[in-house]
Amino acid sequence: MATTAAELPLDERLSRIWETRPGLLGALSSVDHKTIGKRYLVTAFVFLILGGVEALVMRVQLAHGALGILSPEEYDQLFTMHGVTMLFLYASPILSGFSNYLWPLMLGSRDMAYPRMNALSYWVFLLSGIFLYSSFLVGHAPDGGWFAYAPLTEELFSPGVDLDFYALGLTFLGISTTVGAVNFIVTLARTRAPGMSLNRLPIFMYGTLTVSVSILFAMPPLTVACIFLFFDRQFGTHFYQAAFGGSPMLWQHLFWIFGHPWVYIVVLPAMGMVSDIIPTFCRRPLVGYTFVALATVSTGLLGFGVWVHHMFATGLPTMTLSFFSAASTIITIPSAVAVFAWLATIWYGRPWFTASFLFMAGFVVLFVIGGVSGVMTAAVPFDWQLTDSYFVVAHLHYVLAGINVFPVIGGIYYWFPKMSGRMLSERLGKWNFWTMFVGLNVLFFPMHILGMLGMPRRVYTYPVGLGWDTWNLVETIGAFLFAVGVLLFIINVAWSRAFGDRAGVNPWNAPSLEWSIPSPPPVYNVAVIPTVASRHPLWEPELIGEQKSRIHEGPTLTDGRETMATTTLDAQPLAVLRMPGDSYWPLLLALSLAAFFYGALLGWWWLIGVGAAATFVSITGWLWPEPPAEEA
Amino acid sequence: MATATTTRSLPVGLRGKASPAFWGMALLIVNEASFFAYLLFSYFYLAAVAHGAWPPGGRPELKLAIPNTVILLVSSGTMWWAESGVRKGRMGRLKLGLLITFVLGVIFLAIQGVEYASKPFGLRADAYSSLFYTITGFHGAHVAVGLLMNLVVQVWVWRGLVTPTRRQAVTNIAWYWHFVDVVWLAVFTTLYLSPYFGLR
Repeated sequence: MATTAAELPLDERLSRIWETRPGLLGALSSVDHKTIGKRYLVTAFVFLILGGVEALVMRVQLAHGALGILSPEEYDQLFTMHGVTMLFLYASPILSGFSNYLWPLMLGSRDMAYPRMNALSYWVFLLSGIFLYSSFLVGHAPDGGWFAYAPLTEELFSPGVDLDFYALGLTFLGISTTVGAVNFIVTLARTRAPGMSLNRLPIFMYGTLTVSVSILFAMPPLTVACIFLFFDRQFGTHFYQAAFGGSPMLWQHLFWIFGHPWVYIVVLPAMGMVSDIIPTFCRRPLVGYTFVALATVSTGLLGFGVWVHHMFATGLPTMTLSFFSAASTIITIPSAVAVFAWLATIWYGRPWFTASFLFMAGFVVLFVIGGVSGVMTAAVPFDWQLTDSYFVVAHLHYVLAGINVFPVIGGIYYWFPKMSGRMLSERLGKWNFWTMFVGLNVLFFPMHILGMLGMPRRVYTYPVGLGWDTWNLVETIGAFLFAVGVLLFIINVAWSRAFGDRAGVNPWNAPSLEWSIPSPPPVYNVAVIPTVASRHPLWEPELIGEQKSRIHEGPTLTDGRETMATTTLDAQPLAVLRMPGDSYWPLLLALSLAAFFYGALLGWWWLIGVGAAATFVSITGWLWPEPPAEEA
Repeated sequence: MATATTTRSLPVGLRGKASPAFWGMALLIVNEASFFAYLLFSYFYLAAVAHGAWPPGGRPELKLAIPNTVILLVSSGTMWWAESGVRKGRMGRLKLGLLITFVLGVIFLAIQGVEYASKPFGLRADAYSSLFYTITGFHGAHVAVGLLMNLVVQVWVWRGLVTPTRRQAVTNIAWYWHFVDVVWLAVFTTLYLSPYFGLR
C-alpha cells in the first residue's frame, strides 16, 4: 500500500486539505480568504485608477477658465462617477481587502467564519462595479452627483437610465457590503486564537469591527433611499415630490443618515492600520491602546449623530442646527485622542523612517489639516458661507485621500512582503511618498483659498478674470504630480513582485501573529493553532522577558477543513469548527442577483423573474444539508 | 502528540446560540430590522411635514387588518410549537407545525391582497399611498421569503435531512418568522393605529 495520509508531513497534509484546485474553474470556486483579499485589493485599486483618471480629465478642463474640453453633460457624469467610484468602489472595498487578507492571519485561524459568504461579497462587489460602469457603455453614466439630491434626480428632471444605474447599482453593492460586515463580526467573535481576548486585538480589528457594526445600521437608509428613488422614477410613486405630499428633504435625511457613518466606515479601519504600523516602526507599543480602541468605537457611534451638518443650508430650525453643530464638534474629541496617541508613540519611540512609516506620518499631518477644516465647517455660520464651495471639496479630499489613500499605500508597503514574499523598493518608496504628499497638498490646499474666493463646486468651467485661473492651474499641476506618485507605486509593485528582496518571516520585526508564519503564507495559514498570552505575541521576549504565547505548538486540526472556535470575550476554546470548502454557489448567486438588477434596470420583467428564481435556487442549493452521518 | 489531547475534549461543530449559523441569522435580523426602521422613519417624516390631512383619505379601515394581525401572531405560536417539537424529538409535531404555519402565512398574504384590492387609492395617488403600498409590500415580500424558507425546510424534514440533533435550520427560520411577525406589529401600529392615536 502507498503511504496513507497520516504518514505525510504535517504541511503536506494541511495543503492537501486546503488547496484550491488549479485552473480557471478552481479560481472561480475558491473561498480562500487570501485569494479573496487580494482580489478585493486589486479590483478596488483598479477602481482607484479609474476614479483618478476621471479626476485628471476634470482637472484638465478646470486648468484655466472658459475651456471647452468637456461639455457640461460630460463633466456632470465624470464628477458623479468620480465620487461614486472613490467612495463606494474604492475606499470601502480596499479596506475590506486588507481585512479579508489579514484577519485570519492576525487571529491565528485558517479562514473567515463564513468562507463562502466571503466569496459572495467579492463577486457581488465586482459585478455591482461592472453594473455601475456599464452605464458608460450606453453613454448614460449617473450625473446627479454622488449624493444624487432629489428632485434633480427625479425622472422629470433626469430622464433616461442614468440615475437608475445609480439607484440600482448602490442597492446591489449594499448586499456585498452587508454580507462582508456580518462576516467580519462573526469572524472576530468566534475564530480568534485561544487567549486572544478582546483587549489583545490589533487596533485595526477594532476599526473594522466598529465599521462592520455601523454598516448593519448605515446601509439600510441608503437602500431605502435608493429604492424610493427608483420607485419614483419607474413606478410613479411620490416619495420625493413635494406637489404630492412627498419631500426632497426625505432623500437628504436618508442619504446622510447613511452618508456620515459611511465617512467613518471608509476611514476607521485605515486609522486602525496606522495605530498598528506606527508602533512597529517606533519599536514600542502604542501609547494609550485602550483609549485608542475606545475612541475608535465611540467615533463609530457618534458618527450616527452628525448627519445634519451636511444639511445646514437647507432651512432647518436653529435648534436642530445647534444640536448637530455641537455633536459635530464633539466628534473631534475621539479623533484627537487618537492623534495624540500616535504623536506620543512617535515621541517616546525610536522611529525607523521606512516608506511605510512616512506614509503613516504623512497621514497624521493630512488628518490634522482635514480635521481642522472639518471643525471649521461644523460651525453653522461658517458653513453657510462656504457650503457647496471648493472649501468643502478641499476638506473632504484631505480627509478621504489623506485618511484613506495614505494608510492604504503605506499599508501595502508594510504588508506586501507578507503577501508576496518580497520587499517593495524603499528607495522608490520614498520618491513615491514625497511625490504623493507634495502632489496632494499642491492639489488640494489651494481649494481652501478658491472656496473662500467664492468658487462653487461642481461647475464645469468658470469665466476668466475672477482671480481663479492661477490657483486652478496650480491644482491641476498638483493633480498630475499626485498621479505620478501613484504611478511610481504601481511601478514599485510590478518591479518588486518579480525582483524585490526576499522578505523572510518578519522583516519589520513586528509584534502581531501574521508575522509568525512564512511569507507568503501557506494555503492553510497556520500549521498549528497558536495560543496567545499578550497583546504583542512576537515582542514578549523584549517586553516581558520570556515568550509566553505558544506560537509554534498547539492543535494541528488535520481531520478536514477545521479551525478553532473560541468564546466571544475571553477567547476560551469552545469547539473545533468545520469549514466549508470551495464552491460555485457564491458566484452563481452573485450572477443571479446581477440578472435581477439588470432586469430591473431594463424593465424586463422576465429577466427579473429569472434572476429571482435563480437567486432562490442558488441559496437553496448552497444551504442544502448533507445527509446525516449514520446515527450521529 | 500532546496537542491532540487538548482538542480531543472539544466538540466538533457548534450548535445553538453559539453557532455561526445562528449568529448569521441574528445579524440578518438586526440588518432587516434597521431597514424597516428607516421605512417607518420615512412614514413619520412625511406625516410630520404633510400640509393637509394625514392620511389624506382619512383613517385606514381596520376590519381586515386586525384579524390579519391575529392570524400572523397565531402563526408565530404554531412556529414555536413546531420548533419545540423538534427539540423534544417529536418530528410529527414539527411537520404539522411547519405546515400550519405555512398555511397561516399564505392566508395572511391572501387577506393582504384582498385589502389592497379594496383600497380606494393606488400606488401612484400621493406620497401616503406610495408609503402604504411600499411598506406593506416590503413586509409582504418578507412574509413570502419566510414561506419559501418554511417550504424548503419542510422538504428537508420529509427527506430526513433535519433531525433532533441537526435542527439549526428550523431554529433559524423560526427566528426569522418571529422577526417578520414583530415587524408586522410595528408596521401595523404605524400605518393603521397611529392615525387613531392622533399621531399624524
